[in-house]
Amino acid sequence: MLALLIRDLRLATRAGGGFGLGLAFFLIVCTLVPFGVGPEGGTLALIAPGILWVGALLACLLSLDRIFALDWEDGSLDLLATAPVPMEGAVLVKAAAHWITTGLPLVVAAPVFGILLHLPSGAQGWLVAALLLGTPALSMLGAFGAALTVGLRRGGLLMSLLVLPLYVPTLIFGAEAVRRGAAGGDGTTPLVLLAGITLATLAAIPFAAAGALRVNLR
Amino acid sequence: MGVLVQAHDLAVSRGGRRAVEGVGFTLSAGEALILRGPNGIGKTTLLRTVAGLQPPAGGRIEADPDAIAYAAHADGLKGALSVAENLRFWRDVFGGPPVEPALEAMNLTQLAGRPAAMLSAGQKRRLGLARLLVTGRPVWVLDEPTVSLDAGSVALFADAVRAHLAAQGAALIATHIDLGLPEARVLDLGAHRATATAPSRAPASFDEAFG
Repeated sequence: MLALLIRDLRLATRAGGGFGLGLAFFLIVCTLVPFGVGPEGGTLALIAPGILWVGALLACLLSLDRIFALDWEDGSLDLLATAPVPMEGAVLVKAAAHWITTGLPLVVAAPVFGILLHLPSGAQGWLVAALLLGTPALSMLGAFGAALTVGLRRGGLLMSLLVLPLYVPTLIFGAEAVRRGAAGGDGTTPLVLLAGITLATLAAIPFAAAGALRVNLR
Repeated sequence: MGVLVQAHDLAVSRGGRRAVEGVGFTLSAGEALILRGPNGIGKTTLLRTVAGLQPPAGGRIEADPDAIAYAAHADGLKGALSVAENLRFWRDVFGGPPVEPALEAMNLTQLAGRPAAMLSAGQKRRLGLARLLVTGRPVWVLDEPTVSLDAGSVALFADAVRAHLAAQGAALIATHIDLGLPEARVLDLGAHRATATAPSRAPASFDEAFG
């Protein structure tokens, strides 16, 4: 399983691997919003938590279809299915690789983007904590969507339609934690709920996604 | 000689449609069995069933799924990784023998550092076959293994299969091409084509339709 993680990370960082694509997309979203909304700091600070979370969500979505589609195309997925690695483990590892290459850079870079959007400095810590706890759930739910649509031609759009509604709870609690932090309050309650969502996806999604993959490989 | 794979009255279906039925064979250590039959009869489907990627539509297979190394039409190579990296990955996943002898056996040592995307079709195929050597598994299930190989490479492949059989391995191979393995038994699937009047054209249950 470690070999699979190392291979996926190596592939992501090689040419054409798409590493940093999500981050660049996140940067563009965060730069475009002030142009569209206007540069008043008050307005921006008000909408910053929501924009940052929606941006992170869409950046995550960009690279989701790569989780399984590439391996399906070149036949590696068939070979992995016959390998001694359990399918559930492969799902977990591939979602982890997606998070490390997409979610983790977003977490690290988020404070910079927060400044771009006039996020009050008191909320920066909450933003990082919320993204750190919430983005693994995005990768896990995305892996489920990718597993359902693997093998479909132009499955990316269908996958987005399937996955985005599943992202709603993560978005609500993630943005709420940052909003409470920005208002000078305590965001612990939404953070705890966010962590709950992430743990639930970590526990359940490997089995659901592995089941979907097995059906799709038939 | 241990029996590695046994199929009894096996039927397979593709897309809810029966392909072949009534197939039975025994594969023991040291044996190779070649599947022949016209295009579309269900050779690939049968091999995928034996490899455990899909359940049989009827009959049963007795085989240890952890004994089987499957090689499909696609080689499962990553273009961005080098030849040696591709092979080392599969070695690590299967926990098999080291990669150098496998590279040597498929005449890939010179190409070890080259990205797999730069290989020709035949070289990719050889790398795909070298993967079998690093799985360390006794039963090779091969789907058209010699596609795009030149005569010299086919001979290399035949040597690899022979060495595998000599080491108490077994091989189940679907092919149209003469592999230079005269000792292998041949099973012609043409005689097992599912008849048009077969009773279960429609899936009998949810599990058969989606399973």
